[in-house]
Amino acid sequence: MISSNSAALTPLILLFMAISIPLVALKKKQIAFFMVMIATSISVIISFYNIFRVLKVGTIHYHFGGWIPPIGIEYVLDPLSSFICLVINVIALLVLIHSKKIVEMESKIKSVPYYALVLLMLCGFNGIILTGDLFNLYVFLEICSLSMYGLISVGEKQAPVSAFRYLIIGAVGSSFYLLGVGFLYMTTGSLNMIDVRSIVPHLYNEPTIIVAISLMVIGFGIKMAVFPFHGWLPDAYTYAPTTSSALIAPTGTKIGAYAMIRILFFVFGVNYISKTLHITDVLAWLSAIGIVYGSIMAISQKEMKRMLAYSSVSQIGYIGLGIGLCNPMGLIGAVLHVMNHAIMKACLFLVAGNYRVKLGHSNIFKLSDNIRKKMPWTTAAFTVGALSMVGIPPTVGFFSKWYLVLGTIKNSSWVFLAVLLISSLLNAIYFFRVLEKVYLKPIRSTNLEELNIPENNKRDEVSSSALIPVLILAIAIIVLGLLNTIIVKGIIDKMIPAGM
Amino acid sequence: MIDFFLGYYGYWFAILLMCLGLYGAIMKKNLIKKLIGIAIFQTSIIIFFVASSSKWGATVPIFDEKIGVANTAKYINPLPHTLMLTAIVVGVATMGVAFALVISIFQKYKTLDESVLLKRMKKDNDI
Repeated sequence: MISSNSAALTPLILLFMAISIPLVALKKKQIAFFMVMIATSISVIISFYNIFRVLKVGTIHYHFGGWIPPIGIEYVLDPLSSFICLVINVIALLVLIHSKKIVEMESKIKSVPYYALVLLMLCGFNGIILTGDLFNLYVFLEICSLSMYGLISVGEKQAPVSAFRYLIIGAVGSSFYLLGVGFLYMTTGSLNMIDVRSIVPHLYNEPTIIVAISLMVIGFGIKMAVFPFHGWLPDAYTYAPTTSSALIAPTGTKIGAYAMIRILFFVFGVNYISKTLHITDVLAWLSAIGIVYGSIMAISQKEMKRMLAYSSVSQIGYIGLGIGLCNPMGLIGAVLHVMNHAIMKACLFLVAGNYRVKLGHSNIFKLSDNIRKKMPWTTAAFTVGALSMVGIPPTVGFFSKWYLVLGTIKNSSWVFLAVLLISSLLNAIYFFRVLEKVYLKPIRSTNLEELNIPENNKRDEVSSSALIPVLILAIAIIVLGLLNTIIVKGIIDKMIPAGM
Repeated sequence: MIDFFLGYYGYWFAILLMCLGLYGAIMKKNLIKKLIGIAIFQTSIIIFFVASSSKWGATVPIFDEKIGVANTAKYINPLPHTLMLTAIVVGVATMGVAFALVISIFQKYKTLDESVLLKRMKKDNDI
């Protein structure tokens, strides 16, 4: 039974748990955390099971209620969806382990509804990834967006305002997507992605299709925070509580990227969007501007979380550029970067959270080298993450950039190559700035005796539940970097759509 | 030309509402007015979908013995309506979350005017 239904299990389990948490944990708050752990662990196990099954038997279709598509809704497990699903669920599990002490510490957060919202958001993510139906995707998009607004708004004093701003932009974005679905449905008469894929080639000359594509790309561009639509992102990530920003930064924008890949390459077809409409060129140029803009803005930030948020804008640009290059190497780079960026950003945001827990702030200019003595493991994890963001070889960050660079060379788009190389240098500037403070800057004090107080240098690491996920992520950065050929050859090569 | 405007009046109305809604959401300074803009925008999409499925001389999609099964041109496509039922629910949920956020903003900053709000936020950021 499990094997035939496993495609649909992850969203359903997460949804079921999200609804039952407020009921079960009403009296005893500690149960909420364990229920979240159970739900996410099960979804990680199912995701692993799914990915191996997909590799063995190929694409799996699950028809809800036995209704055959295009009439019924189907879930599709192909290499792309099972891979992204696994990445998101694993990251969510690690971040939620980290949240055990943090959620209780951050004042004002009520842990029971918070965890219910987290599971609802993950349910939305899994649904978006697995669904093979255009309208179903809209519903899941709204489920995860609405829970994201809630998760962001419980942070600092400014958080509700940034969540509200995100809500205005996000609601317009998903409405644009819905409008695009409307246009597509008017012309094709179907909402099933595979069905639409077979009908659309006969309608390539219809202006309605072009309108539909543009609206959908704008909608997902807003969710993905591609350059001109990134306005909501820095505030939302900065003021959100640690767990929210560590959950949303690695996963939330990747969902937009995934949906973009799915719609552009698997619904409309590669040749049409790249050769006839040139919509991928637009995407690539916008992403290139975003890469440089995000890096420059990140350099000028004082607050670590805000710096990481701007760096997210620039890293999303890499994914957008990989999609926009529209060749196999670019797509491999983009999909690999979805995984890599998820790991790196989760690691870095968790480190920023750990600093906030112990120091009470994460202001870069207030950091000094005693933090290295106080929290050696956290700082080591930050160093690995930072090196990976810059793209130093054995780490994962290097390899996705490598594939992107190969993609630009294959298209002979030298401007993009230059953008990629320059942005690596800019990344180096803003991360080495932090590393310099953490490792080399002696503690500044007016009172010289304070320097020699042993307590200032005493080891004061965060609790193990907050430390272990960070270390696992840091190790994964190196291990997955070394294993990247296995991932690329084993899974990502199989994702490349026909005709690319 | 007249046909182009009158023949598609449902769509023109939807487009008008859409522009109104977007204008409200972008230009209005009051947060509640922004939300009204968003609501109008979402409603315009609902009207767009419903207009797309309307048909002259057709009836509700319930089996009628006089028309028969094969004559599908005499029935209205029910799918856009059912999709829009879901979209209405989603819109209501969005509004609920948005009003909760507005309440929490008002409790913290004692204002709903964006320019005042930004000033007070700036004061917070400087500290």
